[in-house]
Parts: sequence; structure tokens; C-alpha cells
Amino acid sequence: MNDQRPDPDQLLHLLKEQEIRAQRGKLKIFFGASAGVGKTFAMLSAARQLRNQGVDVVIGIIETHGRSETAALLEGFEQLPLQSLSYRERMLQEFDLDAAIVRKPQLIIVDELAHSNVAGSRHPKRWQDIEELLAAGIDVYTTVNVQHIESLNDIVGGITGIRVWETVPDRVFDQADEVVVVDLPPDELLQRLKQGKVYIAHQAERAINNFFRKGNLIALRELALRRTADRIDDEMREYRQRQSVDAVWQTRESLLVCIGPGNSEEKLIRSAARLASKLDAPWHTVYVETPQLQRLPSQHRERILKTLKLAQDMGAETATIPGNEVAEAVAQYARNHNLARIVIGRSHSRTPFWQRSLAARVGTLAPDLDVIHIAREEADNRADSGDSNIATEINWVDYLYAAAACTLAALISALLYPVIELTNTAMIFLLSVVLVAVYFGRGPAVLAAVLSVAAFDFFFVEPRLSFAVSDVKYLLTFVVMLTVALITGQLTAGSRYQARVAMSRELRARALADMSRELSAALVLEQIGDIARRFIESSFNAKSALLVADENDKLRAPIGASTLAIDLGIAQWAFDHGEPAGASTGTLPGSPILYLPLRAPMRFRGVLAVEPLSTRWLLIPEQRRLLDTFASLIAIAVERVHYVDIAQRTTVQIESERLRNSLLSALSHDLRTPLTAVLGLTEFLSITKPNLSVEQHDVVISIRDETRRMTALVNNLLDMGKLQAGEVKLNKQWQPLEEVVGAALAATSNLLSRHVVTVDLGADLPLLEFDAVLVERLLFNLLENAQKYTPEGSRIEIKATVAEGCAEISVEDNGPGLPEGMEEQVFEKFTRGQKVGAKAGVGLGLAICRAIVDAHRGRIWAEKSALGGARFAFTLPLGTPPEIKLPLQIDTRDPQVFGNGEPLRTESHDEHA
Amino acid sequence: MSTHKAVVILVEDEKQIRRFVRSALEAEGCQVHEAETAQRGLIEASTRKPDLIVLDLGLPDRDGVDFIRDMRAWSTMPILVLSARSREEDKIAALDAGADDYLVKPFGTGELLARVRAILRRLALPANQQSPVIKFGSVRVDLTSRNVTRNGEPVHLTPIEYRLLTYLIAHSGKVLTHQQLLRNVWGSAHEGNHASLRVFMTHLRQKIEGDPSRPQHLLTEVGIGYRFII
Repeated sequence: MNDQRPDPDQLLHLLKEQEIRAQRGKLKIFFGASAGVGKTFAMLSAARQLRNQGVDVVIGIIETHGRSETAALLEGFEQLPLQSLSYRERMLQEFDLDAAIVRKPQLIIVDELAHSNVAGSRHPKRWQDIEELLAAGIDVYTTVNVQHIESLNDIVGGITGIRVWETVPDRVFDQADEVVVVDLPPDELLQRLKQGKVYIAHQAERAINNFFRKGNLIALRELALRRTADRIDDEMREYRQRQSVDAVWQTRESLLVCIGPGNSEEKLIRSAARLASKLDAPWHTVYVETPQLQRLPSQHRERILKTLKLAQDMGAETATIPGNEVAEAVAQYARNHNLARIVIGRSHSRTPFWQRSLAARVGTLAPDLDVIHIAREEADNRADSGDSNIATEINWVDYLYAAAACTLAALISALLYPVIELTNTAMIFLLSVVLVAVYFGRGPAVLAAVLSVAAFDFFFVEPRLSFAVSDVKYLLTFVVMLTVALITGQLTAGSRYQARVAMSRELRARALADMSRELSAALVLEQIGDIARRFIESSFNAKSALLVADENDKLRAPIGASTLAIDLGIAQWAFDHGEPAGASTGTLPGSPILYLPLRAPMRFRGVLAVEPLSTRWLLIPEQRRLLDTFASLIAIAVERVHYVDIAQRTTVQIESERLRNSLLSALSHDLRTPLTAVLGLTEFLSITKPNLSVEQHDVVISIRDETRRMTALVNNLLDMGKLQAGEVKLNKQWQPLEEVVGAALAATSNLLSRHVVTVDLGADLPLLEFDAVLVERLLFNLLENAQKYTPEGSRIEIKATVAEGCAEISVEDNGPGLPEGMEEQVFEKFTRGQKVGAKAGVGLGLAICRAIVDAHRGRIWAEKSALGGARFAFTLPLGTPPEIKLPLQIDTRDPQVFGNGEPLRTESHDEHA
Repeated sequence: MSTHKAVVILVEDEKQIRRFVRSALEAEGCQVHEAETAQRGLIEASTRKPDLIVLDLGLPDRDGVDFIRDMRAWSTMPILVLSARSREEDKIAALDAGADDYLVKPFGTGELLARVRAILRRLALPANQQSPVIKFGSVRVDLTSRNVTRNGEPVHLTPIEYRLLTYLIAHSGKVLTHQQLLRNVWGSAHEGNHASLRVFMTHLRQKIEGDPSRPQHLLTEVGIGYRFII
């Protein structure tokens, strides 16, 4: 019995994929063997059907190629206007990606998946536009022909003899949610062509003769159907995996593609990509840089980087690895990354008999690994071998030194000639050859060997001063010297290369260590910006700038002085999408600057803009990885500084709050204590015996009333102080309004004893969330205000109603009402409804009311009351009150509160009783 | 009530305030002993066997809340707090420490005496315990038969409402913080569920009070808790 359950890792992977897919838009590709099979027609018909079902469909771009049938289908669709871009003084029409994202339809039609955008568009390729549309959650319908599929590009080129340059990566095709094959038998297609339905008549003739030959069409059709079948195969396999029908789970296959410096490597990459996708296996591509390859001219090295980039685009992981021996390095890499199969291009030119082929060497080194041979193109190879003969730059000075060394050896030998034997003279020359090999490399060493033998022969071997070799035994000396020169030169060059590699590795590691140490000590963004600039300058010889996002996710201007011509638009795009943009990326590669988003553990923190001297080094995987590591170190530092900042701000805030509170409470204590004494003593005076005279009593009452007013004023000022200090800490709780109304009425019962107060809070008023103390104060002030401005016996009504999203509470009276135009002013500080002096009290009451309502995010206003007087109303937002969670019953203990609560009798009382 | 004069200890450092509080209390018929510091107050409280302590929180030698906590370690005698601290947190701290009531300065003599009377009245309650019937307004609560009537009509209370009411009655005149009520009526697991307590109080008020928006007995101490007065 085999385990029938799917691998949990695979399931997890699947779930993750589904999750990502759920948010993304769906991509449907109408796939055809060639132009003219009716893809656009089929696409528009399908879209029309959806539109009739009420789906929001918009045409992004459609190439009608002047076909009337297609144009007729466009009628009734909403079409996005194209954007005009000028390119080499011509105005070209292009699909407007931004407009499409702003419009955000459910479904957008974007014809011609493989189209290359006009330079100056955001992405170089239309399929990249479509990826962005999908990422924005928009469904996309598009069309593509078989010859545009990247991995089939070579094959189609081989069949038809016509190469197309506009290609689409296979993964775009494979990851499409749906692929519809639009098929038309070749005969019918040719018929349509002749009728001028595909191309306009005069183009048709030429097309039939070139591309649309029946043989081509049959082959293309087969390719298209097979590619689709592959896809269906994948789907089937995926389905079976999910359903766990498969009895045996295959272990993951994985490929390692090894590329060389030749120019036929692109084909190798394409074949490998096809193979990898057939095996559904991850694959790596490596380039082993040996000392010899290091000496290649720069255009070769650039081509290698381009090939690596192509592999990366097609889904491979890439690396360049330094090494002396290709086979060894490849086998090592395969083992480290657990790659079971090594793909090697087989060249037609024979390997020299003394050298075994790379495949054979790898086979010997790692007998457990499969080695797959893929044929390279012959023509390319020949061109390649011609190319590789281009000499590397020769350092002539080294050769001069070599010649000088030989001259010196000859001089020394001449001086010693009378003393020492001829064989020892040869030793001096040999020493000079070895020294030259060590210091100047192989080429100069060979020169030194030749010169040494010549000098030795000419000056020291009999007959002297002639090249006639009388003694054949010196031929051996010559051969030994040459061999020593070659071997030493080779060894030195190799070890020197290794040393250089080790040094550059060491430099990278040290740069990383130094930078992370400095970053960890940075406390402000300016420091981070400065450290980043310095290290990127020294490690990459590139200019850079740091852009940090603010609270609203908008990038701010670069930190510190920057000489970069930063395009904030691209930077913001990179930040918003969390993807690199600019130089060497798929988004606006025309920019000279690379914008790397800074991903920190919590979120993206900003963008690092880097302008290298040449964009070439951005393509070198190691350099790019180092830069990415720099970016993430910087991101973490920025995040840390951000939190340090927050912590500091919080400390300052807490500190200032504490200061404010202690100030207010000190003030309140110092003011209240004497007022208490005055008030209490005055009241005490009025009840002392013997009774005061009527006049004296009146005076005492006046003192008491004034003291009370003063108390109210102090309270108001202190409250205003608290509210005005900003950031009132609301103690918001869910509670019935009734409680605070009751409390406010109780507090004003003396004031309002001669008024008629009615309360109607409505039966269905829900719990509200507010600060009880402040709202009681608010109601108190409104009631006090109503009392102040209405004659005795007036009516005062308190009402509450539920309006849209808020409760409206009002206090109204039938008094004289507010003076015209004062409705807004009354809420300002020190404003009163009537002329100053007419009534007692400083007009802080209503200002406090407004501050309280504002703090609750409500609204307060004054208006004329239906009762005839003034109406003050305020709103409090409604919300969702919490559930009542207290148990209705206590089942355990008997509710004998008298028994188990605090004892009622105090002992002291007992004893006094 | 017996002829016994209620003994009050007045702990207050402000001479002028002591003077008028003392006069007011004496006019009410109390015997007043003064203390200027917390230390003096403790000595007085432990030797005079007082019925009530009137305590200023802002004492020169120590914090009044600590004084209350110390007192509660050995005595349940009522404590009325006078304070210039008007923040709710301060009030709650004093009440939770064990104070019975709280008056914010400046206060009127009338207010002070009303609070003192309410506390003293509660002390007098146990004298009636032989006939455990409590009347307030038009409401009559029979603690033995657990019957509650209003204007002669039976009032239906759920067991928990009854428990809440009797707890309030047992501590009449005292300000009970939300937390104290929740802990003692529902148990300490429910502390913090203030919103629910408020809903229960609203229900109780609707059953007991004539006009729930202008309660006469189940009073709200805004931001602090409740107080029952007979």
C-alpha cells in the first residue's frame, strides 16, 4: 500500500497559490496557430456574451488590422482611449495602462499579448502590462499566436524561416487561468486569406508566399495543439495531485544548466526551459568563470550576463561561480543545491584528443548525476570560435619587463661566465624565467623562455655569438625552460585569479559587516542615508539615494543632499508594488536608475535609488544579490529608527502629559482650598448665634453666591485647560444616556427648582459610547445656560432621538431665544447671548460644550426652538454596543448580601449603642 | 436614635476648613475631634472610637488613600473624604481603598451635612434588624420574605436584581464603585464589565423609581459608580 495522501508541503503550496490567485484577476488567452484564425473574433464574441450578462467589460486595445468583421464586433463596447507617445518624432498610439487601472472594469480586453510597447511606456512588453492588470484584480482577455511563445520561438523560426522578436515567457501562458484554442484548418485559413479577410488584399499575396505556406500552417497548427495539450496535461496532473489519485509521488526533478561563453547558449537555455517545464522542475543556470574566461573581451561577458538574464526571465535561478575547473565547480554546485540533472550543450566541433569533454569530466566527478546533452547550433559555434580568437588586451609593459629580466640574467651570466660552468649559467636563466612567470604571467614567461634560450645559445654556447647549435644536448635545456615557463605561468595565473576571487569575496563580506555595524549605530535617517551612500559608492562605485515613506505611504524627497535625478513616479511605483523598477528591471528599464523597494520585517519602508556607472553590473547575479542584501540591511535600519522615533515621541508625550496633569492638579488644589474655606465660613457665619441682622445676612448671602460663581469659574477654567491642552483622554464607555441626564438634573436641581423640566429620551435609545463625566458636564452646562437666559417658570425640555448614524440630544426652552446671528458665536470663548454684564458668569460654558462634543466626534449647534426659545443640540455617534455578558442568575450562593457582604454593624457603633 | 452623640474625627490640615466643618458638624449634634496630620488622625481614630472619620486626602505627612487602607486593615468605621482632587481616578482610588463617600472641594455646608447624615443613618439601620423591612419612597422591601412592593403593587425582580438591590440597601449612603458592585454581586470574574452593570441598573431603576430619569434613590455617581439613598 502506498501512501495515498498528498504531500502536506505540496498542499500548503497549493493553498498559498490559490489564495494569491483569488485576489488576482483571471487571465484568459485566446490561442491560435497563426494570424487570421479568428482569435480576436472569438475573444470579442465571448466578451460580448459576458457584457450581455451584465459584466463590466471595457476594450483596452484591439488591433482590427482593417478587418470589417472585427470592427463590427466592437460596436457597443466601451473603449478606453489610447495614449499617444512620441517615438523618434512619430506619434504612436499605445494601450493606456494607468487609465485601465483607474477605470478598473471587471474585464478588460487587451489584444496581442506578445506586443512590444513603444519605448517610454512603463513596461517594455504588453504581457507585463497585463500582469499588472491582473495584480490589480482585473480579469483580462487577450490573444497570442504560437510563434510568440518563448520556448517555441526557435522551433517556429526553424520551420518557417521567419524569426519573430516579440515573445511571451512560457510561464505567462502556463499560468493563465484559461486557454482557448482558436483553430482553423489550413485550407480554410488559406481560403480566408485569399478572400482578403486576414490581410488587406495587397498584403495577402506576399503573406501567402512567405509565411502562409500550407506546410508551415500545418506545422504551426500542430505546435499550437501540442502546446495546449501539454498545458492540459499539466492541469490534469495538478488535478490528480490535488485529488491524490496518483499512487506514487515523484521526487522533484531539478536541472542545472551550465552555459559557456559562446553565443549559441540562448538556444540551450530555451531547450532547458522547455525541458524544465515538461518535467515541472525547478532549474538553475550557472556560468563558471575560469581564469581563461576572465580574459574574455567585455562584449562576450556582456552576452553571458544577457543569457543569464534570459534564463532568469524564464524562471531559472542564476549564478556565476568562480572556479579553476568547470566540471568541478558544476558538480559542486549541483550537490550544494541538490540538483539531479546537469544540462550541457554539445558542440559539433570536436574536443582536442588530449582533453575530455565537459560532460565526461562531470560524469567522472559525479557519477550519480544525470548528464543531458543538448545540441548547439553549428553555425553559431563557428562564429563563436572565430570570435573567441579576439585577443585580450595585452600588457606590453609586462613583456618589456620580461625582456629586461632576460637581459639582466645575460649580464649576470656574462660576469660569472669565467667562474662558473655552463650548466649553472642555464640555471640563472631558468631563475629569471620562473620569476617572470610568477610576477607577469604566462605570456611574458614564454617570451622570457624564448629570449633566455636565445641569449644562452647566442652568448654562452659554443660557438659563441652565433645561433648554431653545436651541441644537441642544449636542445633539452630549451625545452625544459619553455615547459617551466608555461607551467609556472599557468599556476601563477590560476592562483592569482583565486586570490582575486577570494579578495573580492572578502571585500564583500567586510563591506556587509562594516555596513551592518555602522547601520546598527545609526539613530537618525540622515545617518542611514549617509552610510548607505558611502557603502554603495565604495562597493559598487555607484551613486545612490535613500527615499523613506511617510505615514501615508508617500515617498518623501531623498534624505540628505543627492545628485541623482530621481523620478519620484518610478520610485513610488516600486514602493507601491514592492518590486524593483528602473534600470535592468522589467519596469521602465530606460531609466538610468534602479529603484529597490526596502522591505523590512513589518512593511515596506522606502526605496533605495541606485545609479550605477553602467547597468551591466546590475545584471551580474552576485553584485545584484549583494545590493539586495544592502537594501534589506538598510530597510531594517530604517524600520528600527522609525520605532526608536516612535518610542521617543511617546516618552515625550507621556512626560508632557504628566507635567500638564501635575500642573493642573496643583493649580486646582491651590485654588480650591481657599475657596472651600471662604464658602464654608460664609455659610457658617449665616447660621451663627445670635442671628445676624437682615442686612448682615444679605451681605453674607452675597458673599456666598459670589464665591459659588468664582468656584464655577475656576471649574470652567480648569476644565477648559484640560480640554484645550489637546488630546483629551476620553474615558469612553458604553452606557445609557439616562444615567448622565439623571446626574445632570440632580446636579442642577437647585438651579432649576423654579423651572419646569421635562425629559423624553425615547424608549429605543441604544447604549451610547461616551465619557460620562464630560457628557454630564456638557448637559450641566446646557441646563445651566438655559436657566441663566430664561425667566423663572419657563419650560426646559431634554430630548433624545436617533438620527442617521448618531443620537441627537437637545436641550430647548421657551425663553427669549438667541439673538439673530449669534447661533455660531455663542460657542466661542467669552461670548454670551446677551450684552456683557447683563448676566453673571464668563462665557466659557458653551465653549467647553463644543470642546467636549468635538472630542466625541459629534456636532453641536444652536437654533431656534419650536417652543419659541433657544434649542441647543448635539450628536453622539452610534456604534455597536457590547453584549450584556453578566449572568442573569447567580446559582451558587443564596443572595444573602447582608450575611456575606461587609458587616453592617461596626464594632465601635455597638459599643456606643 | 439613642441620645448618643456621634463621634467624628476630622483629619484636615487647613485650619479654616477645620473651623467651619467642625462648627457645621457640632451644629448637627456631633462630637468633633480634630487632627492636623495623618499620624494624629490614626491616634485619634484608635482611641476615640469614632462613628465617622472626615478625612482630607492632601495631608502634609502622608497620602490620604494610604491612610484609608491602613484604617481598613483593622476597622470598618465610615470614612468621608474631602479632597481638592477632582479627577475620577482619584475618587475611585479612595473609594476602592475603602472610603464611604467623597466630597470635592469646594463644597457647601449643606452638602457636607447631607452626606454625614446619610452615613449616620445607615449606622442606625441594624437597630431595626429585628423587623427586616426597609422602606424608601413608595417602595417596601421585606428582607425575610424577599418581597418587594411599590405603591402596594408587587414588583417582580429577578434574583440578581434583588441581590443588587439588597446590596445597595445594605450600603446605603455609601458610594459604591462599579468594580465593588460587580465584585460583590456577580463575583470577581466579572469586574470590568461596566456596561452590563449599567444596563442592570437601568432595569432596576425602571422597576423601583417613579421617574427613572430623575432617580430619588438609585443615584448615579458619574464616572464612579452608584449610591443608594433611602
